[in-house]
Order: sequence, then C-alpha cells, then structure tokens
Amino acid sequence: MSHWIIAPVLLPAMLAAILILTARHDMLLQRVLSLAGTLALLVVAVGLFWQAADDTITVYLLGGWQAPFGIVMVADRLATLMVLITAILAPLVLLYAVGTGWDARGRHFHPLYQFQLMGIMGAFLTGDAFNLFVFFEVLLIASYGLIAHAGGKERLRASTQYVMYNLLGSTLFLFALGTLYATTGTLNLADLAVRVAALDPADSAGIRVAAVLLLMVFAVKAALLPLHFWLPGSYAAAPGPVAALFAVMTKVGAYCIIRFYTLVFPPDLSLTQGLFDTWLMPAALLTLAMGMIGVLGSQRIDRLVAFSVIGSMGMLLSAVAVFTPQGIAAALYYAIHSTFAAAALFLLVDVLRDRRGTVGAWLQDAMPVAGGAVVAGIFFAAAIAMTGLPPLSGFIGKLLILDAARDSALVWWVWGTVLTGSLIAVVGFGRAGSQVFWRAHQVAGDVDLQPQGQVRDRRTAPTALPLWVVGSLLALLVALTVLAGPVNRLLAATAAQLFAPQAYVAAVLTLPGKDFEGEVVPTTDNVVPDAAPPAGANQRLGADDEEE
Amino acid sequence: MEFLVATAIGALTAVGIYLTLRQRTFPVVIGISLLTYAVNVFLFTSGRLLPDAPAVLRDGVDVYADPLPQALVLTAIVISFAMTAVVVIMSLGSFLSNGEDRVDAAADTPPPVRKPSEERS
Repeated sequence: MSHWIIAPVLLPAMLAAILILTARHDMLLQRVLSLAGTLALLVVAVGLFWQAADDTITVYLLGGWQAPFGIVMVADRLATLMVLITAILAPLVLLYAVGTGWDARGRHFHPLYQFQLMGIMGAFLTGDAFNLFVFFEVLLIASYGLIAHAGGKERLRASTQYVMYNLLGSTLFLFALGTLYATTGTLNLADLAVRVAALDPADSAGIRVAAVLLLMVFAVKAALLPLHFWLPGSYAAAPGPVAALFAVMTKVGAYCIIRFYTLVFPPDLSLTQGLFDTWLMPAALLTLAMGMIGVLGSQRIDRLVAFSVIGSMGMLLSAVAVFTPQGIAAALYYAIHSTFAAAALFLLVDVLRDRRGTVGAWLQDAMPVAGGAVVAGIFFAAAIAMTGLPPLSGFIGKLLILDAARDSALVWWVWGTVLTGSLIAVVGFGRAGSQVFWRAHQVAGDVDLQPQGQVRDRRTAPTALPLWVVGSLLALLVALTVLAGPVNRLLAATAAQLFAPQAYVAAVLTLPGKDFEGEVVPTTDNVVPDAAPPAGANQRLGADDEEE
Repeated sequence: MEFLVATAIGALTAVGIYLTLRQRTFPVVIGISLLTYAVNVFLFTSGRLLPDAPAVLRDGVDVYADPLPQALVLTAIVISFAMTAVVVIMSLGSFLSNGEDRVDAAADTPPPVRKPSEERS
C-alpha cells in the first residue's frame, strides 16, 4: 500500500498549520514556503498521475481498516487527472498573488490557500461519500476566508451571499447523504455501487430521491442553472488570484457528477433512468445559453468573465449529460481547457482593474491601460480560447463536444445552443475588448496624457510578473492544442475506465485491511452482493425487516 | 415515535426554508441554523429509530443501534456550529461596512460616465 495518495491532502494541511503557527509574521518566509509547497504538490501529482496512467487503481485505507468500514482514498485515472490540473494551476496563481502583492493585502492568505488546496485534492481523491462532504466543507471554509480576503464593502456583501448559499448547499448535501445511508446502509462509493445495483426496483423511492438530491448538490457547486446565482457576484467580487483558483472549484462539482453517475448510478441503471436526458441535458443547455447571454449583457468585465465561466460549465455538462465514453472524454478535455482559460481571464481582469484607474472593471470610457499592446494581445488570445475560436484548445474542445453529441436524442438542441452561444460570447468579448482597448485611444485623442494606470499603480511601475503568469497559462492552452491527439487518447482511456466501474469496486473492496478484531483479513467475497453482508449491515437490514 | 420525529424534522425544515427566503440577513442566518438542526435529526434517524439499544458492542446484547449515523451527526454538528459562527461574523462585517443587512442589496453603481470631450479639454 503506497502512502503517496494521502500526500496531496497531508502536504497542504501540514504546510498551512506550519505557516500559521511559525511564519505568521514573516511574509517572505510564508511566500517561499507556500510556493515550495505547491511545487512539491505538483511533483507528487505528476507522480500519482504517472502511477495511474497504466490503468492501475491505487487504494489507500486510512488507518488500515478494511473497506467499507474504514475511509478509503482512491487514485484512478480521473482523480489523478483532476489532481494534476489543480496542482498545475496552484503554483501559477500563487506566483501571481505574490507578484501583485495580493497576499499582503489581508491576513492569512497563504494558510487559507493551502487549506483550499487540501480540500480540493481531498474531494478528488476520496472514495467515501461522507468524506467527500467533509472535504467540500474544508474547501468551502477556506474559500470563505479567501473570497473576503482584503475586505471592502462590496466584497463583504458578495461573500456573505456566497457563504449563505453554500451553507444551504451543504445542508442539502447532508440530506442527500442521510437518504443515501438510510436506503443502502453504506457511504463507501464502491460499496454503494454494489448495493444500489442490487436494490429492488419496486422499492426505490429513497434511492431516486437521493440521486436527485445529490445531483442538485453538485449542480450548486458546478453553477448549473437554476442554481448558479451565487457565481457571478462572488467570483466578480473575489480578489483576482482567488477567482482564478476558484476556476477549478466549479470543476469539483462536474467531477462529482461524473464520479457518482458513472460509479454509483451508472447510465444503464434502471432506477435513475431519465435523470440525464430529461433533466441534466436541458439544464446544461440553459446554463450555456444563460452564461453566454450574461457575457453579452455584463456591464463589468469581471462579471463578464464570471458569466463566461457559467457558460463553459454549461458546455462541459452538456457533454457529460450525453453519458457516453466519448462524451465524458470530450467533457474532460473541455474541463482542462476551461480551467486554464478561465484562470487566465480572471488574472487578466485583475490586471485591468488595477490599471484602469477609477473606472476599474466597469466597461466605460477610460484612458489606455499601461502596457496596452501586450495586455490587449493577451486578452485577445484568452478571449479566443474562452469563446472556442480556432486555433486554441477551446475550438478543439467544442468540436469534440459537438461530435460526442451526435448520438444524443437532443443533438440539434445541443448543436444549436453550443454554436449560437459561442457566437453570442464572441460578440460579448469583442464588445468588451474594443471598449477597454480601442475606445481608450479615442478617449485619449491626440492629447499626450499619462496613462491612468501608471499614475495610480502602487508606488512602483507595473511589473511584468503578472503578465508572465497569464502568458504561461495561455502557453498551457497552446500545449493542450498542440498535444490534442495524445491528450485525447489519454482521456478516452480515462472515460473507458469510468465506464468499467467493476475494476474500481474490486480494487476498493478486495484490498485486505484490519477487521473489527484488528486482524488483517483478505476478504474477497464482499464484492458479491449475495454473499453474507458484514455484521453492521446485517443489523441494519434486520431493522428494515422489522419496519415492514 | 416515527411520527413525532418526522413531524419535528418537517416543521424545522419548513420554518428554516421560510426564514432563508426572507430579505434580511438575521432571519436567513436563523433559518440556516434551523435547517442544520433539521438535517442533524434527519441524519440521526437514517440509522433507524431503535429505543433502548446501545451503539457500542457489548456482551449479552443482541439489538444494537447503528453507531455510524451518530458519528456522522457529530461531524455535521461541529461543522454546522462553526459555519454558523462564520456566517454571523461575515454578515456582521457586511452590515457594519455597508450600513444595511438586506441580503439582496443592490450592487454598487458605475462611476459617472465622463464624456470623451470633457476628458480631452
């Protein structure tokens, strides 16, 4: 049993504690430790990804207790892929936060950042539904601190709304878990898969309620219409680097949908028929339309980017809702792409907010920004990526989604919404870009004025580091475009592994661990649902019978 | 007993949902706490209601209450307690800096539009 799986959770958790206990007053030490920690995390993530790349599913029993009694961490292709995306994003965003001095504008940025990473990594790696809830809470609690970082009226108001909305989401999650446990008597994902499949279709009201409740919980996280209201305000009000890191948080929701609805409630399960084609697909398409219309209608550039995130989540989930291996592979490609594209845009918006003087993020006339040509070029490239125009990876992702939707009954709806939505987004981004970069020269006219950004910028001239970070995010998108073939083969293998959940179930339930007496027992008969259930389950099933 | 517990959960949830739909922060916070109480009791019942049954293994006892929901409830209580504290502090901060506690307070307005001609002067 390799202990490396727990490293992406332990490393940020320990580092956060060390930062807050010993390096609280030393910003330089905090920065160095935090950056070193995220780089180490990247190395671990690459290692785990490499380990899972030959279809091995590594299982880690916390405390050595036999599944399903102990809590398990599972590293399969999908989990390690998401961990790798987060680990690539984390040092870049952190570098931006350090480079712009965002981390020094409030207290405890670095510890909160590390706790946030711990929550995200844990949510991806855990193999237990209640543990997933706990990691959700960890990432949410850290995000409450991060979103209100540096304070301010508008930010506090937005973050209060964000906290309340997510508290309601957490309560809903608990209701869902309670229903799930009451019906099946387990919360281990692999064990759930076995037991849900063995449920009597005539007595399935509870499990269907649980499936829909869970979908709603993950829809809140993934900002799916009509549960998306929290996103535009809070992402727009959040500090730039925090919003960029949050680009991966909506993907946590998408990840959970993919995980639960391939493993626990697979598409061929008769109990949950119609959940995707009747509910998820229209919701995803409406999300896509709403996001893109929001891009066109936004008066502020930060809200515009937030709406483009909603639109991209709609695009991603419409590919998920097809629920074929091809659709999941396309959704994963788009997930990688949209994480980096959204992060680049949020960071760029932060640069713009900083350099446009009093106008800030409002799409109004202002003087040209400092370093106009480079910033404009980066905005142009990032907008091309986000709206899915060739030659960047957004275009390839969209092609894959359109191709995957061909088998769906709603194919014309998908094609129509995706293509029209992209057109609207192109117009929206074009309008914003011309207002910010071209109109500015009209405003300036012939008068040779100091650009406002340089007057206002905190004491020093704008540094190049923020733009380098945004540039490297765009370079990642270029790499994703160039390597589209190999990446796609990898994602196809990931999707294939997801659609053969027997391997996952077997890997979790057959790993020998300690039983009630503390002895290591290699059990293999847990996998067969008809075999004698463990003692705890016996008791619960007995209680069931009494009621009937 | 099932009826009593189910009614309690239902009443708590209904009142909680009603309060979270209010416009001011304070009722919403109370509503969220009521919802977390409801969900805690709900989690507790997800292991079935068994009166007078121990949750810990003991010699000579045949009927056990399911211990897992009790562990889950403990975790949920701790988290919801802490989160209520966080949301109270954040709404206080928001109230003190914004001067009002409406949940849907209007977003800040754009700076006055300056005509390009004024800028040129």
